[in-house]
Amino acid sequence: MTDDYNLIEFAPMKRYEFINHTADLGLKIRGSTAPELFENAAWAMFDILVDLRGVNCREQRELIVESEGWDELLADWLRKLLSQFNGYGYIFKTFKVEKIDKFRLQATVCGEKLNLKKHRLKTEIKAVTYHGLQVKRDVRGWQAQVIFDI
Amino acid sequence: MTFKSKGRGHGDFPEAKGLAWPVIQGFAMNEFVFKKIDDYRWEIPPVEGMRVPGRFYADFKMLQVVKKDNTPLQVKNVAHLPGILKYSLAMPDMHWGYGFPIGGVAATDPAQGGVISPGGIGYDINCGVRLVRTNLELSQIKSKLPSLLSTLFSRIPCGVGCTSNLHLSQSDLRKVFVQGARWAVRQGFGSQEDLERTEEYGAMEGADPDRVSPMAYKRGKNQVGTLGSGNHFLEIDLIDEIYDDLVATVFGLRKGAIAVIIHSGSRGLGYQICDDYLAVMRRAVLKYNISLPDRQLACAPLGSPEGQDYFSAMACAANYAWANRQVMMHWTHQVFQRVLNLSPRELGMELVYDVCHNIGKFEKHLIKGEKKLIFVHRKGATRAFPANHPQVPEIYRKVGQPVLVPGDMGTNSYVMVGSELALKESWGSTCHGAGRVMSRSKAIKVARGRSIEKEMEKKGILLMARGRGTIAEEMPEAYKDIDQVVEIVEKAGLSRKVARLRPLGVIKG
Repeated sequence: MTDDYNLIEFAPMKRYEFINHTADLGLKIRGSTAPELFENAAWAMFDILVDLRGVNCREQRELIVESEGWDELLADWLRKLLSQFNGYGYIFKTFKVEKIDKFRLQATVCGEKLNLKKHRLKTEIKAVTYHGLQVKRDVRGWQAQVIFDI
Repeated sequence: MTFKSKGRGHGDFPEAKGLAWPVIQGFAMNEFVFKKIDDYRWEIPPVEGMRVPGRFYADFKMLQVVKKDNTPLQVKNVAHLPGILKYSLAMPDMHWGYGFPIGGVAATDPAQGGVISPGGIGYDINCGVRLVRTNLELSQIKSKLPSLLSTLFSRIPCGVGCTSNLHLSQSDLRKVFVQGARWAVRQGFGSQEDLERTEEYGAMEGADPDRVSPMAYKRGKNQVGTLGSGNHFLEIDLIDEIYDDLVATVFGLRKGAIAVIIHSGSRGLGYQICDDYLAVMRRAVLKYNISLPDRQLACAPLGSPEGQDYFSAMACAANYAWANRQVMMHWTHQVFQRVLNLSPRELGMELVYDVCHNIGKFEKHLIKGEKKLIFVHRKGATRAFPANHPQVPEIYRKVGQPVLVPGDMGTNSYVMVGSELALKESWGSTCHGAGRVMSRSKAIKVARGRSIEKEMEKKGILLMARGRGTIAEEMPEAYKDIDQVVEIVEKAGLSRKVARLRPLGVIKG
């Protein structure tokens, strides 16, 4: 990240970008639409947790999340996915937000159970924090920032 | 979007070398006016909704580093908590966290609508450190160090999502939640004396297993006796300097002896409890009409059902963490016996003390001449009670409570002792480590193309870790200079140096 950080901030192919947070892990995420933003955010979280190259889509899950605002919806969506990982050992790599509204989303996610012989875990994410949490709509589409406690 | 402060000193810290901190939206860098109290105390006055001033324990040089991240803003935000007493405090290892700064201390008064905030304790509830002394000298273990480390590495599960071979039933877990380290000792992990050398005697009162969610139970059942990942470690050290002979003798520390440090917490159970209750607090702030500048500070009055439920669940996690460290210490003891082929008596492995540095506690403190029960949040801060304090175990009461300040892998750790001044000024609190200066992603970039293991080996430190990423993220350059932090702590009078420990071998997740 240099002084022209702004210009490279959302290079077209990047679904997310790190924000330099001293102790934890901050992300900026972008999407042209709200569903894409939420899909990219979910993908980013699993990309940090595990090497997604070794993960296949074997099991599908339907998830519904409801919240009190856009920011909270993003946090709750990520929290729900993280609890699928922490509680049941699921890692997901594809995310399709079927429906999103104020402030409810319905999504289909796909992945498989963690198998340490096959999958490489990267970074432990302790939690999705509310610190600096933000979902915004601007001329270029949707963007969000979230900080994980790692 | 890019932020660049005027006159930023491109000093000692790699982070500062021409790189700007990207602004976190909604957290635009504020200009703070720091009032100098003395060389090691700085304050920001109460403005814009702050109920009390913010106080920073730092020297001028460190303050310049601190100003570059969001620590001052976080200190300011904490000052908004209802019922906060005297100051929003930041210890010398302060750095930018979420909600509270790391190194943040705040006390609230239950009698004045004081609140309890999960963000003031953190996800890793009762993350803490224990120090174990031995009779051993360097010459006795030098040749066996690699074998000691690799045996420890295979005996003590570590790494992302690691699980223990102790599988606890629901009813076992309930016992752990209430009895903490006492449960572990009853199961044969360690001895009765260990409990006296543990903060809160290894079990905090007020734990209620019914306040813990099913998901937290699920995550807790197979992680007792696991180190985890991130900054947690188990380390074999050499005591290479003694600063206070009398206190060191009371603590059982002598120059040239080998010691062990274990740094870990309540693992997934604690993260889950914090996450569960932050969701509860999200609603509580609306219910109790509490307005806060950061949602991560969400809280509820200490007397409210939400506040009490969180406290009861938090105490369960705290007790779980003490059991966790107790079990790991026991296994470490076994490994030392086996690898070195020495009897327990010859080894002389004894717990010196176990402290927590992410915790909230009801404590009695003197306020305007009156002893009052208040609630102290310590987020990345250690209790540091002085001599003659009733909470200091009898064996240490005449000198004060041992304060353990772990460095990161490859850097020194310190043993300090609590002070009267800390009790007066910082609710009996002090620093908890070095504190990061470099983000993890930045550390990975800086470490690229280098072998941190080899660099450490050159310094005489053996390292075993599960993840390469962890090694890079946790490399010594990512942290403040602990020697400097400890110097400030001592000069500010928050605690006194007793001994310095140099790492010989580290295992990490």
